[in-house]
Amino acid sequence: MPTYVRTDKCDGCKGQDKTACMYICPHDLMKLDKDGSETGHAMRAFNQEPEQCWECYSCVKICPQQAIECRHYADIVPLGGSVQPLRGTDSIMWTIKFRNGTLKRFKFPIRTTPEGSIDPYGGKPNAAMANIGKSGFFVESGGYRAGNPAELIRK
Amino acid sequence: MAGEFGNPEVIEEDLDILLIGGGMACCGAGYEIMRWAEAAKVEAGVDLKIKLVDKAAMDRSGAVAQGLSAINTYIGSEQDPADYARMVSNDLMGITRDDLAYDLGRHVDESVHLFEEWGLPIWKTDENGERHDGSKGLPSLKDGGKPVRSGKWQIMINGESYKWIVAEAAKKALGMDRIEERVFIVKLVNDKNDPNRIAGAVGFSTRDHKVMVYKAKAILLAAGGCVNIFRPRSVGEGTGRAWYPVWNAGSTYAMAAEAGAELTMMENRFVPARFKDGYGPVGAWFLLFKAQATNCNGEVYMVKNKELLNDYPPYGQAAVPASCLRNHLMLKEMREGRGPIYMDTVTALAKLRETLSPREVKHLEAEAWEDFLDMCVGQCGIWVGENIEPEKKNSELMPTEPYLLGSHSGCCGIWVSGPEDLGAPTSEDHADASKIPGHLPKGWSWGYRSMTTVKGLFTAGDGVGASGHKFSSGSHAEGRMCAKAMVKYCIDNKNVKPELDTSVEQLVEDIYRPVRTYMEFKDYTTAIDINPNYITPKMLQFRLQKIMDEYVAGVATYYTTNDKMLAVAEEKLEMLKEDAMKMRAKDLHELLRAWENYHRILTAEAHMKHIQFREESRYPGFYYRMDKNFVDEENWKCFVNSVYDKSTHKWSLFKRKHYDLVDKSKLFKPAAH
Repeated sequence: MPTYVRTDKCDGCKGQDKTACMYICPHDLMKLDKDGSETGHAMRAFNQEPEQCWECYSCVKICPQQAIECRHYADIVPLGGSVQPLRGTDSIMWTIKFRNGTLKRFKFPIRTTPEGSIDPYGGKPNAAMANIGKSGFFVESGGYRAGNPAELIRK
Repeated sequence: MAGEFGNPEVIEEDLDILLIGGGMACCGAGYEIMRWAEAAKVEAGVDLKIKLVDKAAMDRSGAVAQGLSAINTYIGSEQDPADYARMVSNDLMGITRDDLAYDLGRHVDESVHLFEEWGLPIWKTDENGERHDGSKGLPSLKDGGKPVRSGKWQIMINGESYKWIVAEAAKKALGMDRIEERVFIVKLVNDKNDPNRIAGAVGFSTRDHKVMVYKAKAILLAAGGCVNIFRPRSVGEGTGRAWYPVWNAGSTYAMAAEAGAELTMMENRFVPARFKDGYGPVGAWFLLFKAQATNCNGEVYMVKNKELLNDYPPYGQAAVPASCLRNHLMLKEMREGRGPIYMDTVTALAKLRETLSPREVKHLEAEAWEDFLDMCVGQCGIWVGENIEPEKKNSELMPTEPYLLGSHSGCCGIWVSGPEDLGAPTSEDHADASKIPGHLPKGWSWGYRSMTTVKGLFTAGDGVGASGHKFSSGSHAEGRMCAKAMVKYCIDNKNVKPELDTSVEQLVEDIYRPVRTYMEFKDYTTAIDINPNYITPKMLQFRLQKIMDEYVAGVATYYTTNDKMLAVAEEKLEMLKEDAMKMRAKDLHELLRAWENYHRILTAEAHMKHIQFREESRYPGFYYRMDKNFVDEENWKCFVNSVYDKSTHKWSLFKRKHYDLVDKSKLFKPAAH
């Protein structure tokens, strides 16, 4: 399902040079049509290469206006279903509508710490040059598995 | 002066270390490197200039962009790195580097513990054996929390934001002034004074009219695997629904090859058997929900066809047969007309309902959906469009088009230096040793972990060949190992001043050739896409996919080829490579596609040449050379490696001997079934 942008919701990220969807798309698919010359809808974003869309939903999840949805690949999927997320800071809500009208909702956690709270080296030791040629990382968190030396048959 | 289309601004920058890519491997490197760089400054007086460039945005780049529902490599305290190395070896039909797999096995859990600390929710099992999602505050893995194992090596997560979290740590560690997004590196540059040393890399901004020329002593090239070199099963809008991310264009392999790095096992490929058309993951269904796959008559082909496993000793006789052999058993049913193949979700869920607590039954449906929603929403799209509720209706399975990668169930990639403390060979002692080009190192270690055979060029994740099964966590850990080795390399080589072997003017000319071609010829015809003077990147990709699909064992021929078909492919690929010089780019977006497809062609060519050189069918179920349709342990239980000469455009292929560093016979002790 390539993503599509709804004309009634997209605001082109309020005239900023770069929209959120352009920022995030891993495959450089989203484009802002500033003057409407490409789509007939000025200051709206669009998916410029739908057959290259991985349906990763990065644009759907990041859009501040919830203007982006997916219409599943037309060469594969019957019309009428939809899978739409609402991503918060600690969880994501999915609304799932079947072609036959069946509706399901799910909520899953996405993160146990506040967004932006990672302190990468907080409470961690410095690296010591004496260890640079040795096995292991600058910090150990109980995950290094030294292994049973008897298993190494050529040593 | 600001650049314009066809006349880009040229930005030159002198660095010590350049990280190419923003996926799990480079995020790992970015995290680890700053601590070692700090130590280098304080203790050795070496101030390293470091930069990371990503062709996308780190929050959602690489193979984990969409999220994941499991971490597939977590060793745990109950298993030994040797067990892991054995599993990797058997799944890849015996030919992997135990030194690399073992080394990864001892490091990988360190990264998983960090992910959990940073906020990744990891499912846990409580003292009653009930499972809980990762937000319930049960003890962390580091503190003895029990993960939910969906397999011997896999643990379940709520991983929608996996990459977002890992990227946040990397971005903070590096600092945003060391990161540039939307820069696509397309070529590495060797050193003027030493053709076997790296000196820099060039690329362009996909947002502004700028060409970037970086000089660096050490470069980590970790730009993923390769997708869409074969014609995919869906060719309309569904082209984008590749199993592996569609933006993985073989840039890692192609750029390394052009820089002269030795490649290894490029004949290997992965043909995942996945939920049909959406390519949803099957791991949780097989391993966690205990579902079985059947033919159209409800017969379980892994049982029905189990005698076929005996054709491939010893790899078919392990408790878990190699992935390719599982495909081999499925393909027999498809070829003989007993499709569709189904995942029997109905029976599996009904059985689970019998044994689970009421709370767990309620949770079960959500788990089944989350498995897709966390990492492959497109599969849910198919379920809703086709009115499939897994407890009521079974879903089709299908082997996909082939993929090239080194981090999942595949082992193609670059030949790298391994650890020195595991008993790896230090010399080349075999009949074909004299055929290895003299400038290449002997043995499996030449000083810096994960350095390629080109001095200063490192790789990780999908880039490292002859290993595999690293997945997300292992790629992160491997990036961290690289980071450390790169800092050491820079200290050891602090007086080396990289000098590019090609002028900046020439490099800019090369990169912008598709734009110049377009500008020169665009007014010759009325229809922009039909012009005898150029080819669009899209059509070039179609041509590549047609060649690979029809002659190099794609889905069109049920993954079969032979020496004659390969010879045809060879000729067609040569012409395609010539025509790649005539690609057009009408804008920066198309320039991105042009270079991605150039990288795809070189990767495809390496794949074809390696299959041609290896005169056996090492991976039945992934590909069959019908003129050599057997596994030949005596002559071909060896690495097939190659180097590419960018001036003559020719490949040289040769063998390297395989050694076991851990005892593989332990795999086969349980009675064969």
